[in-house]
Amino acid sequence: MNFTLLSPSGFWNPLLWIAFLIIFAIIGYIIYARGNPGYKKNTEQVKPYLSGNAEPSKEEIMVRAGDIYWGFLEALKGYYDVLKTMHTGDMRDYILWYLGVGAIILFLLVGGV
Amino acid sequence: MNGDIVAINFPFIVVALLLALGFYTIGFKRNLIKVVIGVEILEGAVNMFLVALGYSKGGYAPIYTLAPKESLNNMVLPTPQALTLTSIVIGVAVSALMLAFAVNLYKHYGTLDVTRMRRLRG
Amino acid sequence: MSNLPALMIAVPLFGAFTTPLLKKRYQLASLWAIIITGVSVILSLLLAQEVMDKGIVMYVFGADNANLVLPSGYKVPIRIMFEIDAMGVFMAISATLMSFIGALYSYSHVKMETGLEKYYALLQLLEVGILGMVLTGDLFNLFVFLEIAGIAGSALVGFRNYRGEASEAGIKYLIVSSVASLMVLFSIGLLYGQYGNLNMAYLSRQIGFNTVDMIALGLLFTSFAMKCGAVPMHYWVPDAYTEVPAGINPPLLVATYASLYALFRVSFSLFATITWNMARVGWAMSIIGVLTMFIGVTMALVQHDVKRLMSYHAISQTGYMLLGVGVGLTVLHDPQALASYGRDAMAGGVFHIINHIIYKSLLLMTAGALFYVTGTRDLNKMGGLARKMPYTTIAFIVGAAAISGLPPFNGFASKFLIYETSYRLNPLLAVFAMVTSVLTLASFVKVFASAFLGPPLEKFEGAKEVPKPMIVAMLILAALCILFGLFPNVVLDKLVYPAVDALIKFAQYQTWGGLA
Repeated sequence: MNFTLLSPSGFWNPLLWIAFLIIFAIIGYIIYARGNPGYKKNTEQVKPYLSGNAEPSKEEIMVRAGDIYWGFLEALKGYYDVLKTMHTGDMRDYILWYLGVGAIILFLLVGGV
Repeated sequence: MNGDIVAINFPFIVVALLLALGFYTIGFKRNLIKVVIGVEILEGAVNMFLVALGYSKGGYAPIYTLAPKESLNNMVLPTPQALTLTSIVIGVAVSALMLAFAVNLYKHYGTLDVTRMRRLRG
Repeated sequence: MSNLPALMIAVPLFGAFTTPLLKKRYQLASLWAIIITGVSVILSLLLAQEVMDKGIVMYVFGADNANLVLPSGYKVPIRIMFEIDAMGVFMAISATLMSFIGALYSYSHVKMETGLEKYYALLQLLEVGILGMVLTGDLFNLFVFLEIAGIAGSALVGFRNYRGEASEAGIKYLIVSSVASLMVLFSIGLLYGQYGNLNMAYLSRQIGFNTVDMIALGLLFTSFAMKCGAVPMHYWVPDAYTEVPAGINPPLLVATYASLYALFRVSFSLFATITWNMARVGWAMSIIGVLTMFIGVTMALVQHDVKRLMSYHAISQTGYMLLGVGVGLTVLHDPQALASYGRDAMAGGVFHIINHIIYKSLLLMTAGALFYVTGTRDLNKMGGLARKMPYTTIAFIVGAAAISGLPPFNGFASKFLIYETSYRLNPLLAVFAMVTSVLTLASFVKVFASAFLGPPLEKFEGAKEVPKPMIVAMLILAALCILFGLFPNVVLDKLVYPAVDALIKFAQYQTWGGLA
């Protein structure tokens, strides 16, 4: 049986891909194994060093979902403001949008462009 | 002649008016019950449209029992009426469910104002 | 076995009306639902076998033969008919499989709720609605089943009636779906008034280019686009998917894609004469697709409710399907372009439907598992759950990798086809599709990092893995994700290309597979 997916200008064979993945994983492991084995668990070594200050509790310094991609959202503020005003959550607007899109599609079909 | 055209198309004019009225009620009224009524008006418009389509002048109801002689080859196809009945039944189910939701919303939100039913947004 | 199409509807309908008899015996009701949905999975596979062997299957209610005419010699189809081609059977398999998974998952997910016999009855009614929509060959029948699915779906969305938000989402979904179905009925009336018939195959041979036909096409197109959650009519999707119990998410997702199926059926089979000559219908579909995927994914990035985030992704992935099939529709009139990339574009779009149904159900069910364990859907309040819930974590990783299109999971194969073919139509389309994929990965990294990674939190000290039926349901779908990803061409050859050919070769549909 043939497991190659032929697309208009290329092909995709997941099994071949997996074979390469395994080869590269082995190469990666070899490089990893040659590293310095000086890491010891459950010693001073694993604690974070914050200029000598005590480490705050885990809940306090956890990165929350709302903080991730803060910069990205800040940069696209104008775009997101538009989107936020579109999503009013008002069920009447759902129907008004339907009417608007319906009018555009009918114009495209009947009026012709 | 002009009067005839209006008379023939009168049901369809009413359908168009009802459609406009229904969409206006859904789109611009703030009370949830009125929005539900708007959906009902739309339903009425569509049902009326189907019934009006099924009308043919001089046609007879398709009931063979005790049918007069001249009706034999002059019966209307009862499909639009069947469609309308089905659509009415569905409409009853829809409005019952909508009103049940409205009651439940009033219990939890303390209001029927649509603009204040926006806890889910963004 | 000649009554297989009727059984497809009858079995879940029987289940739906017998389940309420098991009042207060919730465990029995859920077992009964699992059995019924399991039987319908087998039936749909048998039906698929028959369609693949014999081509289009016709089934007439109330007569032996589709060609039977009235005694008066009036030669038009007047009876209700099911016309099942490969596309319909493709959707039927998805529907039955996902209802089964949903019932299995619900067994423990909603154990603490009351009124479960109604829950399972509605679940099976929803399945009836979807199956009817995808199997029928009659326009009015399509409307009836659309309404059945809409009513059952919205009642399930409002199932947790002790939450005000659930009722809010329920009424929003109900109003949207009833307005859309009423407009569908209105355009059915427009077509009936002109041609005096309701059979899709018969109508599609009559439809011409007049204004009324155009209005009917426009209304059907917009209504089904709203029901499948295309931007900018997608607002009901996050509301409904968020509030529905996670066990209903898989069938509700298929209900959405049954509307997408209806959109394709309308554009390809019913209005073939018009769309054949007007490439702008295909362009409209592609552009709506691009808008849908881009706006959906950017809205998903800012969410912090885990199910809401995933529902915005559902919108964005619908865009891929619209884009893939829209590209095919655009070049439908050009046999050369159709052969060189149009058919593959449609294969990508249709393959993406089943892929998306599988991995999005998986993801929404992992979100349900998170809710089951933590009691919240807010990502800001979660953290460090990977060690507590190893199976859920594995299922989530598989689903997230599949939705982001990472090889070798199933999302990659279909997206690969869509990228390549939409590039051939217009490179800008492909650019948007790829950016969307990147942003999808970004937002799932966010979910993974905030819910599963991070230091273990004190408040989840006693958190345990979810019960076994939920794990089994999730692992089945995860296994399907990997299998479909490893052997994409097997699925494509057996299921997807026949479905695509059924859409493209509309002449075969119009003549009931050569019967008329």
